[in-house]
Amino acid sequence: MARINSPAELEALRKNILSKRDPHKPCITLCSGSACHASGSKEVAASIEAEIKKQGLSAEVDIRKTGCHGFCERGPIIVIHPEEICYLQIEPKDVPEIVSQTIKEKKIIERLLYIDPNTDQKIIHESEIPFYKHQERLVFGSNGNIDPKSIDDYLALGGYSALAKALSRMTPDQVLEEVKKSNLRGRGGGGFPAGRKWEESRHAPGQIKYVIVNADEGDPGAYMDRSLLEGNPHSILEGLIIGAYAIGSRQGFIYVRQEYPLAVENITIAIKQAEAYGFLGKNILGAGFDFTVKVHQGAGAFVSGESSALMTALEGRVGEPRPKYIHTAVKGLWDRPSVLNNVETWANVPLIINKGADWFSRFGTEWSKGTKIFSLVGKINNTGLVEVPMGITLREIIYKVGGGIPGGKKFKAVQTGGPSGGCLPEELLDLEVGFDELSQAGSMMGSGGMIVMDEDTCMVDVARYFLDFLADESCGKCTPCREGIRQMLKLLTNITKGKGKEGDLELLEDLAETAGQASLCALGRTAPNPFLSTLRYFRDEYEAHIKEKRCPALSCKDLISYYIDPDQCQACMICLRQCPSDAIVGGKNQIHVIQQEKCTKCGTCFEVCPPRFGAVKKISGEPVPSPIPEEARIIVRKSKQQ
Amino acid sequence: MDKDGIDLIIDKHQGEAGSLIQVLLEIQSENRWLPKEALERVSERLHVPLTRIQHIATFYKAFSLVPKGRHEIHICMGTACHVRGARRILDTVQDLTGIKPGETDLDLKFSLETVNCLGCCALGPVMEVDGEHHGKMAPARIAAVLQDYE
Repeated sequence: MARINSPAELEALRKNILSKRDPHKPCITLCSGSACHASGSKEVAASIEAEIKKQGLSAEVDIRKTGCHGFCERGPIIVIHPEEICYLQIEPKDVPEIVSQTIKEKKIIERLLYIDPNTDQKIIHESEIPFYKHQERLVFGSNGNIDPKSIDDYLALGGYSALAKALSRMTPDQVLEEVKKSNLRGRGGGGFPAGRKWEESRHAPGQIKYVIVNADEGDPGAYMDRSLLEGNPHSILEGLIIGAYAIGSRQGFIYVRQEYPLAVENITIAIKQAEAYGFLGKNILGAGFDFTVKVHQGAGAFVSGESSALMTALEGRVGEPRPKYIHTAVKGLWDRPSVLNNVETWANVPLIINKGADWFSRFGTEWSKGTKIFSLVGKINNTGLVEVPMGITLREIIYKVGGGIPGGKKFKAVQTGGPSGGCLPEELLDLEVGFDELSQAGSMMGSGGMIVMDEDTCMVDVARYFLDFLADESCGKCTPCREGIRQMLKLLTNITKGKGKEGDLELLEDLAETAGQASLCALGRTAPNPFLSTLRYFRDEYEAHIKEKRCPALSCKDLISYYIDPDQCQACMICLRQCPSDAIVGGKNQIHVIQQEKCTKCGTCFEVCPPRFGAVKKISGEPVPSPIPEEARIIVRKSKQQ
Repeated sequence: MDKDGIDLIIDKHQGEAGSLIQVLLEIQSENRWLPKEALERVSERLHVPLTRIQHIATFYKAFSLVPKGRHEIHICMGTACHVRGARRILDTVQDLTGIKPGETDLDLKFSLETVNCLGCCALGPVMEVDGEHHGKMAPARIAAVLQDYE
């Protein structure tokens, strides 16, 4: 790799890379993000490589292991270019056929295509699958076309042209103005305008300033930052370098959690490659600007994603937050001006510089510009990462992109914003997604987790779940958060166990108010949200738990019982054999009965009972009917009678 | 892990006190837990008081101050897995192994941990054993999965 010393040399390099690439040459792209690895994409990759070799096609076909395509529900995914033929849920045994049929003979293998559940139509092209069709993939779109370990792939798609433009044709102030004008707001939680943060740091006193990527993604159920870092690390790096130039920083950090080994690996490789080309280091692109980046691995603490805590952790100390009377943009890492932005925020920067703030603000609403990546998970047909324009409604995301709720169940709520967010009910499905819209509804944008819940999810238990998470993750430095969360958790746990009493809800509201106002950092201040939002929209569920000792969703273990309806049981032995605690008595032709004292309520019997019998019932708030006498349990089959 | 191994890691980070967490992470990853002798050596070489190292080692989830079992079971308790019944998976694993999250059995066979999100929500509820994902778990399938580990 030769060093690139000017924008002109960069363009020459890009031309050279493109000239060696034949757009008509078949290329198999395979999703190789962590989520697809978990569904076996490594094995698929190995068999594609072996098969291509075996069929003597090594010179004629390119194989590209890309980052996450987003449609995790159907992973591993392969897309064959240039035709853009998309095959889903590939297993190694499908590979020989793919190579001999689709690559060699140009024939489509129908059984591997996506079938639209509404029309039963088979869809060939990735972009026409409803999951993708309704998205606006500005930031995430390149993921499927880039091998994240290849800087040339990024350059081939126009990579680092925004950096060249900024360094050669814009002053730092102009860059800053463009980002301010775009009204890019932080994608990590608070939604603070990135440009204002940058400006504050740029004008803060001091020669040494820092820029930091926050990749300490810790919200349960959110993994979009990981997928960006894994799949398109150079886009984040390019954004960071541009930001550093605007602010006047010469040193950057990437704080990434060690639970993301592939992200650490890919960003580390990306930094080395960028250094080799001279996009990092001294005199970048001949513009006289110096900048270096270091990767710092987080050791696993949710609170360390908070800005002041993260900076303390970077200093090699315990990552606890501190009061921010003075913003970290003025006094942050080692008490110097430091700009911390989330992965997705940085990845938006090259787009804004390249295409302009006016173009960027065409997407979104008045106060929330651009797109947002959500991880759409939970009780949803199309689990995956989706990038949509701000202003889209929750209904469109859940039903058009997400394909609705599986198993014919009824939608109950969608949780956004992680442990700081809230649960929104069906009445709010037409809410437009934006920072302020979500906050007003009692939730928040957060980093973009979107967890869909159906009628089987208990909202009291969801509130308890998040407070349990927060009790564990609270650093304990300030009392309102440490004690407030602990006491709230205790009350909520009691309610889910049927030990709730009159006055609990008022006490919870009191605690919520104090923790919400008096906590040191956002973790504590937003900790009551899961409780407050579920109380606001699902008060009846709280009351059923407290007054009737009943869980309407039939989910809280202490409030439910499993029971086999003797009129429906066909004595098929399935539940009896599968019960892990041997709690079911009965036999062939003998109606089964659950021994309540032995039952651990794991739910296995309920799940394995064939739907055509539907004999196992879940009940709550009523006593379990006593078992029928043993002599009445014998089933005499009609066929046997004759 | 011997003294030389620890020194090697410290040297890689030029013995900077600011690299303390990175040094501890590497020791944890190689040795799978942090023995007292290792912490003392780090304290001595980086000139950081042992109390501060203990503070860090007990604050962050990645570190363990006790030996781990041969096989590490991680039960994902992320929100997506939670609404799909992760609690039932955890309960069953606890029943089968006799240990609670954070514990290791007496034979040093299994260590059990809960994690907040493994980021493969399409597979939920997920259980991970030694880095291998077992997706769409059901309580009835757990015994068969655990049987494969010696």
